[in-house]
Amino acid sequence: MTSITEQVIKEDGCNIHLLHTKKFKTIHISLKFATSLTREDVTKRALLPYVIQQGTKSFPTALKLRGKLDEIYGAVLSIDSSKKGEQAVLTIRMEIPNEKYIQTEESLLDEAISLLSEILYEPKVENNGFDSKIVAREKITLKNKMEALHEDKMSLANTRMIEEMCKDEPYGLRIHGYEEDLETITPENLYEYYQKLLKEDYLDIFVSGDIEDLPIEDKLKKLSTDRKQPELTKPLVTPKSAKPLELVERDDITQAKLHFGYRTNITYDDSDYAALHVFNGIFGGFPSSKLFLNVREKHSLAYYAASRIESHKGLMFVFSGIAPEQYDLAKEIINDQMEQMVQGDFTEEHLEETKEMTINQLKETMDHPQGIIELNYQRVIAKSDVTPETLIKKIKQVTKDEVMTVAKKINQEIVYLLTSKEDADSGN
Amino acid sequence: METKLFRQFQETIYSEEMSNGLRVYVIPKKEMAKTYAIFSTKYGSIDQQFVPINQQDMVKVPDGIAHFLEHKLFEKEDRDVFQDFSKQGASSNAFTSFTKTAYLFSSTSNVEKNLTTLIDFVQDPYFSDESVEKEKGIIAQEIKMYDDQPDWRAFFGTIKSMFANHPIRIDIAGTVESINKITKEDLYTCYNTFYHPSNMVLCIVGNVEPEAIIKQVRENQANKEFTPMDEVKRGFPEEPSGVAQKELVIEMPVSIPKALVGIKEKDIPTNKEAFAKREWMIDITLDYLFSKSGEAYERLYEEGLIDQSFSSETSLEENFGFSIIGGNSQQPDELANRIKEELLQFSSNPMDEKSFERIKRKKFGQLLRAMNSLEFIANQYSHYQLMDIDFFETAELLEQLTFEEYIEFTNHWIDENQLSVCFVK
Repeated sequence: MTSITEQVIKEDGCNIHLLHTKKFKTIHISLKFATSLTREDVTKRALLPYVIQQGTKSFPTALKLRGKLDEIYGAVLSIDSSKKGEQAVLTIRMEIPNEKYIQTEESLLDEAISLLSEILYEPKVENNGFDSKIVAREKITLKNKMEALHEDKMSLANTRMIEEMCKDEPYGLRIHGYEEDLETITPENLYEYYQKLLKEDYLDIFVSGDIEDLPIEDKLKKLSTDRKQPELTKPLVTPKSAKPLELVERDDITQAKLHFGYRTNITYDDSDYAALHVFNGIFGGFPSSKLFLNVREKHSLAYYAASRIESHKGLMFVFSGIAPEQYDLAKEIINDQMEQMVQGDFTEEHLEETKEMTINQLKETMDHPQGIIELNYQRVIAKSDVTPETLIKKIKQVTKDEVMTVAKKINQEIVYLLTSKEDADSGN
Repeated sequence: METKLFRQFQETIYSEEMSNGLRVYVIPKKEMAKTYAIFSTKYGSIDQQFVPINQQDMVKVPDGIAHFLEHKLFEKEDRDVFQDFSKQGASSNAFTSFTKTAYLFSSTSNVEKNLTTLIDFVQDPYFSDESVEKEKGIIAQEIKMYDDQPDWRAFFGTIKSMFANHPIRIDIAGTVESINKITKEDLYTCYNTFYHPSNMVLCIVGNVEPEAIIKQVRENQANKEFTPMDEVKRGFPEEPSGVAQKELVIEMPVSIPKALVGIKEKDIPTNKEAFAKREWMIDITLDYLFSKSGEAYERLYEEGLIDQSFSSETSLEENFGFSIIGGNSQQPDELANRIKEELLQFSSNPMDEKSFERIKRKKFGQLLRAMNSLEFIANQYSHYQLMDIDFFETAELLEQLTFEEYIEFTNHWIDENQLSVCFVK
């Protein structure tokens, strides 16, 4: 724990987070642009990561840009759009070797920051928009990405479930956007939106690695010129009435996907968030959890059965893969595990083990450069003072009663089954 | 105990061979919260025919048995070992590949206890008729899940198109039919032969004291008895150097068709250094052509033949090797033809020295980055040790590789008989 220290510097245009650690042989830089997730902009934000990787003013093709990255010892650039609760987040990451391990004349860090700055602020443009050829082609790339969802049945089931569950909420939006929007996007309006994003989104810059002796702060200022940091809206929790919905859909599939959606009514900054982590660990977060043991091991019903919590909107999901004809039995067993959580049907020993495993998992995440950044970013999105270290301390103190209280707060909202086309009467 | 320092990477390896033949490697990383340990046997899905320990004749076992055994080893008479690790704050897992089976855990506490659990559970099998039957249902579900994954089907289809007889053709998990034939006795035969300490490697990387760890393993092994054993005799059918079939089509519902081109490796070097260099040279070539900064990648992208799913990968082992290149495409036939064309053109007109040096730099940077991961170091270290190669030495060989050696390689690497295609549409 003591091997990472975070230093936060609030600039006019952004927050700079320096994460000092000797764990890694590389330096990792992440820029995160956040704003409220909306139906109007979601497809543009999905398309942008593809477009801005295709070339800059001085490296006008993807090949030239990638060649430049190769020269800085295979620096890795990755750009993506994601959602954190109801915030849309565009992340630009670059990872470079620490100069300590390389005999080189030039400063890799300077080169990396200049290149990042060029990628962000000097993309390849023509007239008043992005390069039209690039935009046209990347629309196809994104469209393929949207279509590929249908091949990953687990993600498909999860996406469909969330879409139904959060029908009228931004969280229900698809992060890859919508095919019908692609027609309305032009090189000009996409560029215009991008300029707005650069100026008006909430920006955090993270750097992790062995950076103690490097004058990194000044160099980073280059990455946030001419902007003012806006206010970040605090995430909203929307409690819904508990009237669980049941939905069966069919696809070309041999193993059915049975998913459940819940409202936990607990988010990152809440006092019982640590207890929610422990709840999830006992219920379905680990191979020793109730779901895995009872659905997979005891009844040989599923290849996998697990749960996951969402920290900013207050959601929980259960995922399982079952034989289509086992739907009713699997549903009953999963619901039964939840009921047992409410009743406190788990041992003190299981509680203590789960606390240790949950802490283990958090510490392991901090052994990864990107993991450290993501954990610290949770706190930014939640507008919370709870550091990963504080969270670990709180987890240690969680009691059985607190876990049961959490269990009572959780409401099931949807049962979703994606099943095979053949046996039309299996679903009910 | 031996120590070996690799100055450039600032890593030291502590090692010892136990009297029963087990090789142990420890790489301390004091800054990390976590420790990762992996216990591997040189036994995978391809080891189907062999002479069992204390016997004379070659036997053949059902497809998928190495993977089945991996599942069953976690189960003991009274408990599931997963739970033991959980109780000790560790997460554990296992995997079976073509050539090895590995058991692993990671934890940030109770490392000593977890290490004992790891060694003991792998060295103390318990198979019963009843539990073997029960497992068949679970593994059948796993096989069905793979059957629904077009990428996995395409990958295996390409392997099948390349290899006529070699058991790499067999799905790692077997088929629902083949696993149903597995008996408790089969499991013991395979276990006793391939899980002998002399066929295994233990590697521990993370927040540990090397001396203490090695002492712990030494004492643990001293309490167990193993009959001495020579290297396992394995049988492999004759395999032609060219591909089995030029084209294979898998029909399954996909929104975008897939095309993968396979390159079947020939004349795999038996010399360790040459073997490691061959791996780097294939890697450099595929990077030059098909990575995101690749020449051919750019052309294929411009032609609208590929998308983000496009990738290439290589697997080189002592008795087989292949590379697979491809991805989703609306014009799969055209994509396959173009990939083959790029490969064949490259062999007569390879890259220049400047590109070669650029890619060497990139590979070195990639290696450093990968070394952030304890898992990567331990997995790679074990993988190479099972072939008697030191992983950090392979990293040094990258730096030593010359352009002349590389050009010599490209002259003989590929001809048309080495190439096959698999479509999913």
